[in-house]
Amino acid sequence: MYTQALDLPQQNPEGRPPSLAENPAWQAEFDAKIDAGGFIEPKDWMPEAYRKTLVRQISQHAHSEIVGMLPEGNWISRAPTLKRKAILLAKVQDEGGHGLYLYAAAETLGVSRDKLTDALLSGRAKYSSIFNYPTLSWADVGVIGWLVDGAAIMNQIPLCKCSYGPYARAMVRICKEESFHQRQGFDALLQLMQGTEAQREMVQDAVNRWWWPSIMMFGPHDSDSTHTGQNTRWGIKRISNDDLRQKFIDATVKQAEVLGVTLPDPELKWNEQRGHYDFGRIDWEEFWNVVNGHGQCNVDRLAARRKAWDDGAWVREAAMAHADKAARRAQAAA
Amino acid sequence: MERKEWPLWEVFVRSRNGLDHKHCGSVHAPDARLALQVARDVYTRRQEGVSIWVVQADHIVASDPDAKPELFDPAEDKIYRHPTFYKLPDEVNHM
Amino acid sequence: MTEMAQQTTATSPGHVEYVMRMGDNALILGQRTAEWCGHSPVLEEDMALANMALDLIGQARMLLTHAGRLEGRGRDEDALAFQRNEPAFRNLTLCELPNEDFARTMLRIALFSRFQLLLWERLLSSTDSELAAIAAKSIKEARYHAQHSGDWVVRLGDGTEESHRRAQAALDYLWPYTAEFFIPSAADEAAAEAGVGPLWSTLEADWEAAVRPLLEEAMLSLPAPVPFRSQGKFGRHSEHMGHLLAEMQYLQRIHPGARW
Repeated sequence: MYTQALDLPQQNPEGRPPSLAENPAWQAEFDAKIDAGGFIEPKDWMPEAYRKTLVRQISQHAHSEIVGMLPEGNWISRAPTLKRKAILLAKVQDEGGHGLYLYAAAETLGVSRDKLTDALLSGRAKYSSIFNYPTLSWADVGVIGWLVDGAAIMNQIPLCKCSYGPYARAMVRICKEESFHQRQGFDALLQLMQGTEAQREMVQDAVNRWWWPSIMMFGPHDSDSTHTGQNTRWGIKRISNDDLRQKFIDATVKQAEVLGVTLPDPELKWNEQRGHYDFGRIDWEEFWNVVNGHGQCNVDRLAARRKAWDDGAWVREAAMAHADKAARRAQAAA
Repeated sequence: MERKEWPLWEVFVRSRNGLDHKHCGSVHAPDARLALQVARDVYTRRQEGVSIWVVQADHIVASDPDAKPELFDPAEDKIYRHPTFYKLPDEVNHM
Repeated sequence: MTEMAQQTTATSPGHVEYVMRMGDNALILGQRTAEWCGHSPVLEEDMALANMALDLIGQARMLLTHAGRLEGRGRDEDALAFQRNEPAFRNLTLCELPNEDFARTMLRIALFSRFQLLLWERLLSSTDSELAAIAAKSIKEARYHAQHSGDWVVRLGDGTEESHRRAQAALDYLWPYTAEFFIPSAADEAAAEAGVGPLWSTLEADWEAAVRPLLEEAMLSLPAPVPFRSQGKFGRHSEHMGHLLAEMQYLQRIHPGARW
């Protein structure tokens, strides 16, 4: 789910070298296809820069899903009812599934999942910085569903029509599954808001902590965004960061009223002229600090992923060893 | 450290009887049994399927995208293969 | 499990305990299995383990809801899951032991699901129609769990030196706890008497017949029998149980009476 302007600079994971040299005729054919709103498929010729950008964007997206399992996963063992436990587990599992669909889409561009995983675990690859914030109470689970998944859905719907076929198809599947995520979050919060004072305080506190990071998820202002122009030309990015952010804020204010919580921005108010809500200044210094590794959980999140990967090495190895042995035995018996 | 990645399998799901299996994504698995099991776990969590095929990705033979012109363009002018090519009298045009 | 099929009167206190014990098994093993979500050796297995945990939690919800109705003291699934102390939980000790590693996790599911499967088969014809309906749904889930975990036990037993060593260590650790499955109990007697379900002790031979070939295929050796008998199903648990409950029940304990 969680794309945020997935064009953050990073070192590219190694991929295959361009199989075909850059060629003006192919380039023209490629451009015409893109301009006509067509799709590029895995084995079609594509400019190397397009391929690299896609690998970076899709893999950042996949990493975000996988790291995104951790903050909410933090509450599975402590979910307050069995129904909520099942919902949360299914949701976190979905995120794993989304990561899997996306790695598969990236693999069609000639990079292996192991290479992409290595880029994540070594710290070269980026993932959505929202997951470097801690989940401190049960209400955080609801607020992540409502705000973080809500922002992610806004970001992702345009990607269902992106120009790269496998990515677009993965996004269609993901978006279908995603709306349950936002709705379960809102539902959990509604229940809390009808509960005790302590429960309502829990919700307000979570909203206070997650609001600004959520609207940062749309990425830097268009004026400061590095790749926007080229990515829009390529049909990998359809709507600008600022437009999506505005759309999200406009939709969320009403939802906050229904819920009975206050969004922590005193400058948030309806602007009749613009037909949109005005909002306060985003603290970009915080955003870049967290992106660059200085959020509360950056170190812990990566450590958890590395531990899972390293502890699982013997399992992955054993399964391959057994498959090889079984194949040899079958051959010997034949 | 010796590292051998699990092979990639392409997953095809029949959503209900009467329909074709349709490609829906891929999984990594060391063997066919696990490939089928995890394809089920990954791609049919919401009752999306009644039957699954998995094929090791290496075993798929695909047409060359650069050969598109010679493979697919020659069909372009065989318009007489399509029913709409034939204008019949109204009384029998539902044929 | 339609309204019509719901049985709301227990034939005996043993009947209630019998159903609750099954619910507790599913709940506690589901809780443990869910711990893997986000931490498993490969993404595909995150999905598989979460699916098994979801099945178990689903079974727990149906069984505990049913046990609460049979008991007739107004306790629903959540009151039973979150407001009982250790001695009131009647799950097999095997279910509450820490996951430790992937070998122990898969072997535990392989051993337990083969036991559960036998139980579900017998319960299809339970005189408790609600329990029979739960069995009809759950038996399919248990079959998948048995297959998936059993395949893994074979992979690990055969795979590498390390995986074999770990699988054997898991068996050595878990095997003594399996004797508890078959210890006779008063609840079993009452349930069997009323046709609710089989005496668990009568399942031992069939369970061994299901488990031994698996362990053989995995080239694992059965540990020598030991006199130790764990007692979780009588409410005397391992030290791990208190920690598991402290974590699982924390929110309901610090917000008494709150709704979620």
